[in-house]
Amino acid sequence: MNWLETIRTGLQAVRSHRLRSGLTVLGILIGIATVVLSVGLGEGAQNSVSTQINALGSNLLIVTPGSATSTTGVRGGLGSASTLTTGDATALAARVSAPDIKAVAPTKSSSQVLTFGSANWTTSVVGTTPDWLTVRARTLSQGRFITSADNAAVAAVTVLGPTTASELFANVDPVGQAVTINSIPFTVVGVLAPAGSNSSSNLDDQAIVPLNTEATRLAPTKTRYALSNVFLAATSNSTISAAYQEANAILSVRHGVTAANPADFTITTQDSLLTAATSVSKTLTVLLVGIAALSLLVGGIGVMNIMLVSVTERTREIGLRKALGATPVVIRRQFLVEASVLGFVGGVAGAALGVVGAIVLPHFITERIAVSPSAIVGAVVVAVAIGVGFGVYPATRAARLAPIDALRSD
Amino acid sequence: MVSVGADEPVIALDEVRKTYRTGALSVQALRGISLHIDEGEYVAIMGPSGSGKSTLMHIIGCLDVASGGRYLLAGEDVGDMDEFELADVRNRRIGFVFQQFNLLPSLSAWRNVELPLTYAGLHRDERKHRALEALERVGLSDRGDHRPGELSGGQQQRVAVARALVGDPALILADEPTGNLDSTATAEVLALFDELHENGRTIVLITHEADVAQRAERLVRMRDGALLSDSAMAR
Repeated sequence: MNWLETIRTGLQAVRSHRLRSGLTVLGILIGIATVVLSVGLGEGAQNSVSTQINALGSNLLIVTPGSATSTTGVRGGLGSASTLTTGDATALAARVSAPDIKAVAPTKSSSQVLTFGSANWTTSVVGTTPDWLTVRARTLSQGRFITSADNAAVAAVTVLGPTTASELFANVDPVGQAVTINSIPFTVVGVLAPAGSNSSSNLDDQAIVPLNTEATRLAPTKTRYALSNVFLAATSNSTISAAYQEANAILSVRHGVTAANPADFTITTQDSLLTAATSVSKTLTVLLVGIAALSLLVGGIGVMNIMLVSVTERTREIGLRKALGATPVVIRRQFLVEASVLGFVGGVAGAALGVVGAIVLPHFITERIAVSPSAIVGAVVVAVAIGVGFGVYPATRAARLAPIDALRSD
Repeated sequence: MVSVGADEPVIALDEVRKTYRTGALSVQALRGISLHIDEGEYVAIMGPSGSGKSTLMHIIGCLDVASGGRYLLAGEDVGDMDEFELADVRNRRIGFVFQQFNLLPSLSAWRNVELPLTYAGLHRDERKHRALEALERVGLSDRGDHRPGELSGGQQQRVAVARALVGDPALILADEPTGNLDSTATAEVLALFDELHENGRTIVLITHEADVAQRAERLVRMRDGALLSDSAMAR
């Protein structure tokens, strides 16, 4: 008896018990759909996290004052405000000691109230250099960015984020208008293009001013040379770790870092941000898939149960088939095929339900669900494997039945 | 039709014994049976229940193996065969007819008839052709697409006879074939056996009904696991 015949016989047996087969398939279906959805949810979350982090810039390294590994708990306050200086930024920009750092954008931020006419808006004012635009991978939607000349002249010019611009200027073209910050009129010279859809970050709500303007005209005098962050761009994706080493070496020398005097700065790469952010969603995915796998296990036990019932119920049929010349191998194969048909149908239907869910559910929840073709193929393969795996025992029992005992049963 | 050598019997049982063991208890179901059945013979085996006739039928049908003695089926020694070889011998050499018909209810008549050919590995078209031919021989060519549930008891047993015939076996082994039939259907099925016998088929029929046994040309009586008598029937 060849495989085609066996499959035909298996399908016939599945079809002749529609309700029972349907319910068994349902167990597998739910399990597979849950797996597909939870894997998709995890992948969707990771995709959106990496999109957000990639939106920060390309080949980005971020130097922040203060140590992430602080053990004393004393650090902070004055320390965190003053450890990173404009001198550090200048040293990092040196081509000779840091060949793998392409651009340096020191930033100094403060929260300010911006006023235009009767409208006022509180936002983060960021003092920086022209390199900021490349380092943070941003573009302008209109006007120009701040220039070195603006910085040298301590000019009162500003480039607004799109959200900030729309909050202050309802129906007016912002470029050329004057906004008041800290009682000083600033000319708006440009507006940034939106950085993406990310609603939880304020990438689109900020006002950029020249670093020197921020330091001398907006910030309090005693923290004039302290920086909030220094953003670095490595020359390419492959030189990020080299750039990290160079920045670390330069800053360690400048800050006199020794074994006894731990670093008072932290360098974060985009990759490490990504790893940290995705590790949470990975853990969640593993948890979800684990739960889904349990429901698949229950589905598999359902297959085994129904196959055992089927073997018991069809003892006579097995006996007859053996009397007519079916070998144990053929009988085992027949029941295995039946079990894998149940698994396959459940897997395909479950994957289909998962895909439908991935399309429909995001309309009701905020999370994105990304279902990849490999996940679908994997799910169907797993479903068939479950059918076969849980079918082995019932099939072996059927194959072992002695023909006379089988024929004798009623 | 399978032709066996002229002097070679279809069935040659030589001192065949069968002992069943259940725990410490052992029951001798067959105590040394020697029996030869030649090609074309129509033999009835009779005996009360517990006489060992069912055990004998299982051994003749290669559904069970003897504990001792020798059994040649169409010249092949069945005694030292494994499960796979036995399945093959059952498929090629023996056509079974059971008391309960044992048709698969989900399959149409011709699909039931083609089953032995499926296990023999025949091609689909060939199977269908031969199944319909066998149905025609039992007079049911117009019932091929009916399921067993749509047929009368006599018709079902005739389908079972067609299934026994389809592989062209050396032996047709019928175990109480009329046990579940009314008198009309019994007559129908026995007439069919007569016809097959006239065409030269070897038939072994196991029964406890004397009037059914009367139709055979040779009667073997059993009691307590041994042969009681073996005589030609006067017809």
